[in-house]
Amino acid sequence: MRIFDPHVHMTSRTTDDYERMYAAGVRAVVEPAFWLGQPRTNVGSFLDYFDALLGWEPYRAAQYGIRHHCTLALNPKEANDPRCAGVLDELPRYLLKDSVVAVGEVGYDSMTPEEDRVFEAQLALAEEHGLPVLVHTPHRDKAAGARRTLDVVKGMDPGMVLVDHLNELTVGMVHEAGCWMGFSIYPDTKMDPQRMVAILKEYGTERMIVNSAADWGRSDVLKTREVGEAMLAAGFTDEDVDRVLWQNPVAFYGQSGRLTLDDVESGGDYEGNTILRGTR
Amino acid sequence: MTWLARAVADVERDPETVYALFPRAAREGGPGARAELLRALGKALPDPAAAVMKLYWQGDAGERLEILESLPQLDLGPAALPLVHDALRTNDTRLVAAALGPYGSAWLDDHAFRQGVLKCVFMSVPLASVEGLGRRFDEELRRMLADFAAERRAAGRPVPPDVLERL
Repeated sequence: MRIFDPHVHMTSRTTDDYERMYAAGVRAVVEPAFWLGQPRTNVGSFLDYFDALLGWEPYRAAQYGIRHHCTLALNPKEANDPRCAGVLDELPRYLLKDSVVAVGEVGYDSMTPEEDRVFEAQLALAEEHGLPVLVHTPHRDKAAGARRTLDVVKGMDPGMVLVDHLNELTVGMVHEAGCWMGFSIYPDTKMDPQRMVAILKEYGTERMIVNSAADWGRSDVLKTREVGEAMLAAGFTDEDVDRVLWQNPVAFYGQSGRLTLDDVESGGDYEGNTILRGTR
Repeated sequence: MTWLARAVADVERDPETVYALFPRAAREGGPGARAELLRALGKALPDPAAAVMKLYWQGDAGERLEILESLPQLDLGPAALPLVHDALRTNDTRLVAAALGPYGSAWLDDHAFRQGVLKCVFMSVPLASVEGLGRRFDEELRRMLADFAAERRAAGRPVPPDVLERL
């Protein structure tokens, strides 16, 4: 089972996790820029974080045979802090980087006017740079937040939009809108593998994307694999599993033109490589 | 006209364009494109050091690596040493190895050069990749490597052959 985790906050994980992920079949990840638990107080703090997502973290992932890409944005939580607003001025130069495959996570947290402004500004940046968009939907008042999100992205090509953290109550409207549908599988919040399988049975595997979203909270980097196993147990084929866990995220982020998977798709033995391995 | 030829012409005409072109150059212009842009920058500016430094500070790991590798061709004197020191502070073997290329070997002071060599040993970067190691090898570096070897033996761990053969 080859796995592409399209949303996982590896910055908050240990190297043990990288080892376990590789053993479970994970060969590529996308790490979206988000909040770090402790609110940031200045723009420089974001820039060091972005630099880590473009430098140290892909290097660390490569040591374990995993290809690391990222999405960059000012996240909706911190969009509300005027001290962080200057991030928007720095983003354009970051969106040029080779391993940036989308703008994200953008969207709503508390649905404030500041969040509206930052969300729309970043959608414009995505269009300017030819990048798809990863949209976070709020945890509080989720259905209303998802509806409002779809209103905001209405003018865009729905194929360039992935609406994330969906559940039974929000999947229908996103399916209808034609956007990609993302599901974060957690030990005890958001979605679990069994409920995910039920959604796949109802809506099919097209435009469906599953992630572990693992971060510093209670979460599990192997939830993607559990979904694959639950799908097989429920009668889905290997091809169905590969579509959800590999082909779909590759198709979505591939629209950036910047996804490079040649080294991991070949299935070569990374441990035999030289110390100079990793992305240039 | 290829992407790269156009980009080189842009940089020669207006060096400020390099900041938007350099990050995209590897995927749009192919291998070697970034080195070409740095050469164009060197032609366009009487003293390109500040521009090269800005590109590095704004660069991702891949951009930084290619800048370090291009330093010997850019005729900057010691002006780019802060970049070499930055690379030596990272834990990325590619950047550390590139920092000890011809430019670092030519300009690093003895202390920083020895620390860089020892860092390579710790990170399993082969010492054969350190430019000018024979020329710059001194008694103090030999002592540092011998102390490293003693520490490894005390811990019951093997001493890398490329360290042993220099003691």
